[in-house]
Amino acid sequence: MIEAFNFPLSPFNFFSVSEFLQQLLNGVSLGAIYALIALGYTMVYGVLRFINFAHSDVFMVGAFIGYYMGKLVPEGTLWGGLGVLAVSMIGCAILGMTIERLAYRRLRSAPTLNVLITAIGVSLLLEYSGQVFFGAAPRNFPALFPVRNFAVGGLIVGSNQLIVIAVSVILMIVLQLIVYRTRIGTAMRAVSLNPKAAVLMGVNNDVVISFTFGLGSALAAAGGILYALNYPSIDPLMGVMPGLKAFVAAILGGIGNIPGAALGGLILGTVETFVSGSQWSTYKDAIAFAILIIILLFRPAGLLGRFTVEKV
Amino acid sequence: MTGFLLGSVVGLGALPPGAIKVGQFASLTGKEASFGVAAHKGIVLAVDELNSRGGVLGHPVEFLVEDIQSKDGASATAVKKLIARDKVVAVLGGNASSNSLEAAPICQAAHVPMIAISSTNPKVTEMGTYIFRACFIDPFQGAVLAKFAAGTLHAKRVALLTSVSAPYSVGLSRVFRERFVAAGGQIVAEQRYSEGDKDFRAQLTAIKALAPDAIAATGYYSEAALICRQARALGIDVPLFGGDGWEAPQLIELGGQAVEGTYYSTHYSAESPAPEVRAFIRKFQARYDNEIPDAVAALGYDAMMLLADAMRRAGTTEGPKVRDALATTRDFPGITGRTTIDARRNTSKPAVILKVKDGRMEFVEAVRPDPERLKAEE
Repeated sequence: MIEAFNFPLSPFNFFSVSEFLQQLLNGVSLGAIYALIALGYTMVYGVLRFINFAHSDVFMVGAFIGYYMGKLVPEGTLWGGLGVLAVSMIGCAILGMTIERLAYRRLRSAPTLNVLITAIGVSLLLEYSGQVFFGAAPRNFPALFPVRNFAVGGLIVGSNQLIVIAVSVILMIVLQLIVYRTRIGTAMRAVSLNPKAAVLMGVNNDVVISFTFGLGSALAAAGGILYALNYPSIDPLMGVMPGLKAFVAAILGGIGNIPGAALGGLILGTVETFVSGSQWSTYKDAIAFAILIIILLFRPAGLLGRFTVEKV
Repeated sequence: MTGFLLGSVVGLGALPPGAIKVGQFASLTGKEASFGVAAHKGIVLAVDELNSRGGVLGHPVEFLVEDIQSKDGASATAVKKLIARDKVVAVLGGNASSNSLEAAPICQAAHVPMIAISSTNPKVTEMGTYIFRACFIDPFQGAVLAKFAAGTLHAKRVALLTSVSAPYSVGLSRVFRERFVAAGGQIVAEQRYSEGDKDFRAQLTAIKALAPDAIAATGYYSEAALICRQARALGIDVPLFGGDGWEAPQLIELGGQAVEGTYYSTHYSAESPAPEVRAFIRKFQARYDNEIPDAVAALGYDAMMLLADAMRRAGTTEGPKVRDALATTRDFPGITGRTTIDARRNTSKPAVILKVKDGRMEFVEAVRPDPERLKAEE
């Protein structure tokens, strides 16, 4: 057993420039997806102060909507791909709002723990309903967008990686604009700051919370489709690991903080990729989580998070 | 012949009335479902055939199956249920070695013979005297792959990709490394991943920088298909190959164009001209909508037939006697080759190398076990 794990190569001998850039690109495209999912966790936490564990399963449903819609459009066309992405985002937004309406709204005044347990229940419900409706066997996700690989020097850039990064950046900019430049965004921030005061100022909390869930779930759907494009084998439990990583990314960046979630996702994706590419690949998750622990030791509120003083 | 008849007459007295219950535990769903479903189809075909010929020892065979959903921990529960509640007289399965390793202690403790179907890790039959297997073992398979890489592929520098959470993959990689190095080859890197991983770009990028002649991925098909796709997307154009864990229709379904030209070793080729193989394929296609049986289906069929043969020779379904009969199986004519159970409850059978071509499996070469070498290992 021991000899199977000897290290014939030093872990640091792989840093040729083109290889370094290739790993960086791999890491950034993985991190961009973590960031998209992390945004959903962070927004819901910002507004409701609870972790929506069903979020990673909305991500899975997003990928499956993409799978079924992908059969209806011609494969490998830009407009077909964007159309599927839009339908999946709308579908998951509705799913997210439905979950909030049916499962969480009644518990709004209940202790956070009750809501948390409900969220775990919704998560399991989605996973196992997925096994019933979609089947448990992994399926091959269609190539929605045109696939081409570009060779830039020694670097191989996949069109899917570029699409992942481009779509993520665009969605994050749109999100930033919604939160800071629109009335509903202002209302979201108001609810996040002080829900009771927001009600007194005429904000309809139900609408704002529903909108937050819809927005977060739409981002999860986009993440699901982008993830499935890059790793085209989807199954009903596919959300579990990326969901956990994105949750960690959200905490790493400072939960409740939108740029923090994006930063956390990028850091996690890049670190994971570099560790995977070294001789220590077995420890990739351990190292990613060790970094989380170290950062939280020095910055308990996350990289960009701020402490809020509890007023009594 | 007289002894055989006498044996069965005496045995019949000891046999409880009703059907002989045989249980299988297998992943009928989840990421290793292809193995379980194929083995199940093979066993059902064998059971139907036995029952149409009057059953075993004059009793019909009743076949039960428990789905372990490709999950760790589920095999033990499934086998406990089969033995305690359903009172099966023998257990068939599992496929992944990790599943068989879980189930074996329970069968051993209950003195219920177990025939692992496609678990090639040597540790499986070391779990106890009631644990057998229908397939060859990884020390042989690793040697076959090393010989293929050095001989047929003319590879001198090979990179290994091992699934560290699968005992099967860890064992196969270890033997491959030993044999390939002994044959004068060099392992330029051993990269690792875990079952269920989907991103292999980092490992493959590191491998690409070392410019190997070929890449051996010793895990299962779900990951292997994604490894091939990502390797091709990163511009790696050297041959990829693996072991019998690659054998599944999903390899081609999930891998698409990227698995074209890849190779794997397995237990039989559907292209074999041997009359027993042709007859098996004919029966299988008639039963299952023209589907071509893969090696795991053939092994499932063989496992059930091995068990029926042992019960006939034992003249009873009592665990200890069936165990003794299984242990003395000699030259049993199986679809996957002549089966002789050795002192370690393993069998030595030939392996074949297949190549993916135009979405189908093409026969490349067959490798027979070298009896002298196997003896030297014991």
